[in-house]
Amino acid sequence: MYQTTYHRASSVDEAASLFAKSSEAKFLAGGQTLLPVMKQRLASPSDVIDLGKIKELQGVELSGDVLTIKAATTYYDIMTNADVKKAIPAIAHLTSVLGDPAVRYRGTIGGSIANNDPAADFPAALLALGATVKTNKRSITADDFFKGLFTTALEDGEIITAVSFPVPAKAGYEKMRHPASRFALTGVFVAQTKSGEVRVAATGASQSGVMRVPAIEAALKANWSPSAIDSVSISASNLLADIHGTAEYRANLVKVMAQRAVTAAG
Amino acid sequence: MSTVKMTVNGKAVAVDVEDRTLLVHVLREHLNLTGTHVGCDTSQCGACVVHVDGRAVKSCTMLAGQADGASVTTIEGIAKGDELHPMQAAFRDNHGLQCGYCTPGMIMSAIDIVHRHGGQLDEATVRTELEGNICRCTGYHNIVKAVLDAAGRMKVSQAAE
Repeated sequence: MYQTTYHRASSVDEAASLFAKSSEAKFLAGGQTLLPVMKQRLASPSDVIDLGKIKELQGVELSGDVLTIKAATTYYDIMTNADVKKAIPAIAHLTSVLGDPAVRYRGTIGGSIANNDPAADFPAALLALGATVKTNKRSITADDFFKGLFTTALEDGEIITAVSFPVPAKAGYEKMRHPASRFALTGVFVAQTKSGEVRVAATGASQSGVMRVPAIEAALKANWSPSAIDSVSISASNLLADIHGTAEYRANLVKVMAQRAVTAAG
Repeated sequence: MSTVKMTVNGKAVAVDVEDRTLLVHVLREHLNLTGTHVGCDTSQCGACVVHVDGRAVKSCTMLAGQADGASVTTIEGIAKGDELHPMQAAFRDNHGLQCGYCTPGMIMSAIDIVHRHGGQLDEATVRTELEGNICRCTGYHNIVKAVLDAAGRMKVSQAAE
């Protein structure tokens, strides 16, 4: 790892002002991606600003039909939170198949979506549930937040403070896990809002990162059942292809994972 | 350089380290606690697992500065004098190791698994929960046996306390 200067911020405002004073700073939440990347010398921030101990970034709130998860809440704390399990159990399930137990103790929802890895799990949940990303400057809908591989709408120095999820009528998430990395070879999050809208998002599939799947949304809107997806055709063009699976294989996985997610959602 | 203050295995320590120093290197190189191993350097193998404020984490994926103020327990801190921790004893009795390189991380993760699941452990749960710890010798079979054995012993020793 290259030399860097570590700062522990005690508030979001302090973190923002530390960032403004640094030349090439990076925010650190759980560090389960940033630190491995720094160890490989693929990133060399002049300053690392730790958000992990900021109290206002910790915790979960359920208020009416909105579940709010603060940005530095760890996967483990999300997975075991009673409000999450009650309001959106699909999110608790998603965190239980994310990484491994040691990673889940450190990694955070804010870190995951700020990084926007094309095979990360949380971007699919935000997109399918129509979540809103809260930052220290504004609110951004999930539709506007994810901008392609490792790219988001966040401006330089902007800090995610929380994610608000409307509580859905039904939701499910299933993924084909890569056995070594535990990332999604393809994962699909399905959701039916309380007003009857259907939203489906796939991760690990597209070359442009997390994506909606309109064909499956239309099929499920007409008939919320796994069999409704049988006749849907998913194009392999613009899907990821690597040693783990071809684009055609991933296109099929989008369907199969969506069907399993609908079964899980009930 | 920064001074990092922690409690390690019950003792207060203060070390001056470069900000880029990982927790595992403070433990091994500054505190000579070489029981915690570095296996993969890519945050996947779990040989470096220690407990930070009671949670089993990869000490190779945490800056020392992040552990400032924390209470850290390593493999050297779990036995009571000459009496092995029940998890260590179970690994020995069940031959839960061959080369031993992954064993400290396995034991620290396994203790955390038992704490989280209490009496609810079965073989499938242990196998799933150990997925962040890689062993290239044993085929895991005796490790799983050891964890299940220790879960029973830890329940008994907790009940006795």
